[in-house]
Amino acid sequence: MNEPILSVRGLSKSFGGVHAVQNVSLDVWPREKVALIGPNGAGKTTFYNMLSGRLRPSDGSVSFEGQDITGLPPHRISRLGISRSFQITNIFSELSVRQNVEVALTALHGKGLQMFRIASRDRALREEAEQILAQLGLAELADLRAGVLSYGDKRLLEIAIVLATRPRLVLLDEPTAGMTPEETRQVTRLIRELAASNTYTFLITEHDMSVVFDLADRIVVMHRGQLLAEGSPEEIRNNKAVREAYLGEEEEP
Amino acid sequence: MRNAIIALILLALFAALFWLPSYAPYFYIFVATEILLMGLFAASFNLIFGYTGMLSFGHAAFFGIGGYTAALLLLHFQLPLFWVLLLSMLAGMLLAAVIGFFCVRLDEVYFAMLTLAFGMMTYAVVHQWRSLTNGSDGVAGFALREFGLGLDLQLADPAVYYQMVLVIVVLASLALYLITRSPFGLLLRAISENAERVAFCGINVRRYRLLSFIIAGTFAGLAGGLFAPFNRVANPDMVHWTESAQPVLMTILGGAGYFLGPYFGAAVFVLLETWITTYTEQWMLFLGVILAIMVIFFRRGILGTILDWLLRRQ
Repeated sequence: MNEPILSVRGLSKSFGGVHAVQNVSLDVWPREKVALIGPNGAGKTTFYNMLSGRLRPSDGSVSFEGQDITGLPPHRISRLGISRSFQITNIFSELSVRQNVEVALTALHGKGLQMFRIASRDRALREEAEQILAQLGLAELADLRAGVLSYGDKRLLEIAIVLATRPRLVLLDEPTAGMTPEETRQVTRLIRELAASNTYTFLITEHDMSVVFDLADRIVVMHRGQLLAEGSPEEIRNNKAVREAYLGEEEEP
Repeated sequence: MRNAIIALILLALFAALFWLPSYAPYFYIFVATEILLMGLFAASFNLIFGYTGMLSFGHAAFFGIGGYTAALLLLHFQLPLFWVLLLSMLAGMLLAAVIGFFCVRLDEVYFAMLTLAFGMMTYAVVHQWRSLTNGSDGVAGFALREFGLGLDLQLADPAVYYQMVLVIVVLASLALYLITRSPFGLLLRAISENAERVAFCGINVRRYRLLSFIIAGTFAGLAGGLFAPFNRVANPDMVHWTESAQPVLMTILGGAGYFLGPYFGAAVFVLLETWITTYTEQWMLFLGVILAIMVIFFRRGILGTILDWLLRRQ
């Protein structure tokens, strides 16, 4: 734990005159589970979009494992080892569940330029895809068209695609949004299992406070585009400014 | 089992088509040749449209340059047809690399408009460069000699030319089919559905779109290179934007979601055109009505609708 895996310095983004994210600095350490919380419109998604290359920052810098990745396009950032999920389910509905994962694996293994072999006969790819699907409890659904899955299974498939890129830093954008309590418990358990494997670092935004306080080693609070507070779940729970800005609107955690 | 049946049907179809000259009227040899060539042209277009999700309105540029390359090489150098066709493909590939380099940067309607613009520019160059292309008269008066590769084919015989076209189109289509089923093809389909998600999987989407565009241009060049000797001329009609509309219409008619859709669409298109124009001049009116019905009621195309119906009955 001598070097942060992700180091953000003075990151800002403004749209026109609106400062969506303003001067945010943050270090994430290897194998940490950090939760990023804040009311709607606090700038969490904009922040994620800058980390993952969807948006170019107006100012500031992002470095990953010591390498400056500020303003790199999404595919370069993904190849370096950062993978993200999306708040709105973002899968390939017309492809089969297995193919959804195989798309990411094809990219990972640099097989994308193979043009003269049948993709579905690639044993190694198929087995690796099925292994990932099994990890998420989707193995029996592998041959279904992804579009017909239930909402919760689609969210799980989204995570399967993220894991298939073999990231070291995983950005989850509200992974339990819209899920039933049972599905939420399943995802929470899954994240804990993945974290226990000691290969991933997690940055998670989440509205469900029980999930946040259950999972996070550390909580970062954003409010109106800026960092409001940072600390252990216990510290955040007792932080007065946070309670006023945010937790006051929610039920007791 | 299902695959075996499909393979058997396709094999029987190939045999029936190969021996077509022995039982069909002479006239239909020409119709069948045109169907095969337009089918390959439309299938190459569908690699961009159906598989990569980009609507190109400039695909005739590659068909046309393939045709002109073939006509000029046959006229000035009397090369064997095999080498002529390879150079037609190369011409289509190079032009697609140049045009694609600019076009794949844009999305949706802007991509469509830019391909249309490049198609028109290509037409203007072909039409105006009289010293090379003979302007609106086109390049004609070339003779077909040998095929090359030591094959003794009487290419001047339309039946022989047709059979050669059939074999080449089948081989080219197998290559195209393999590409659509390959890992590369899987990524193209993923891109057509959700390009952003593919980018977040670590894929440079623009590069894959460009490759798809270049491959499509190469096969369109082959179709054009076979079409000019068949038509005995390479003229600006081959490059005109209305020619770019043909593969679009054929693909929608047949069904963009199926590999064989464009071939099926080309067959229906050419046959209807042939039959309707013997009764009336108003072929375009009929085509318009048919297309309107297809787009409103049968979005998956004729082949797609038939296959859906068969699968539902099972």
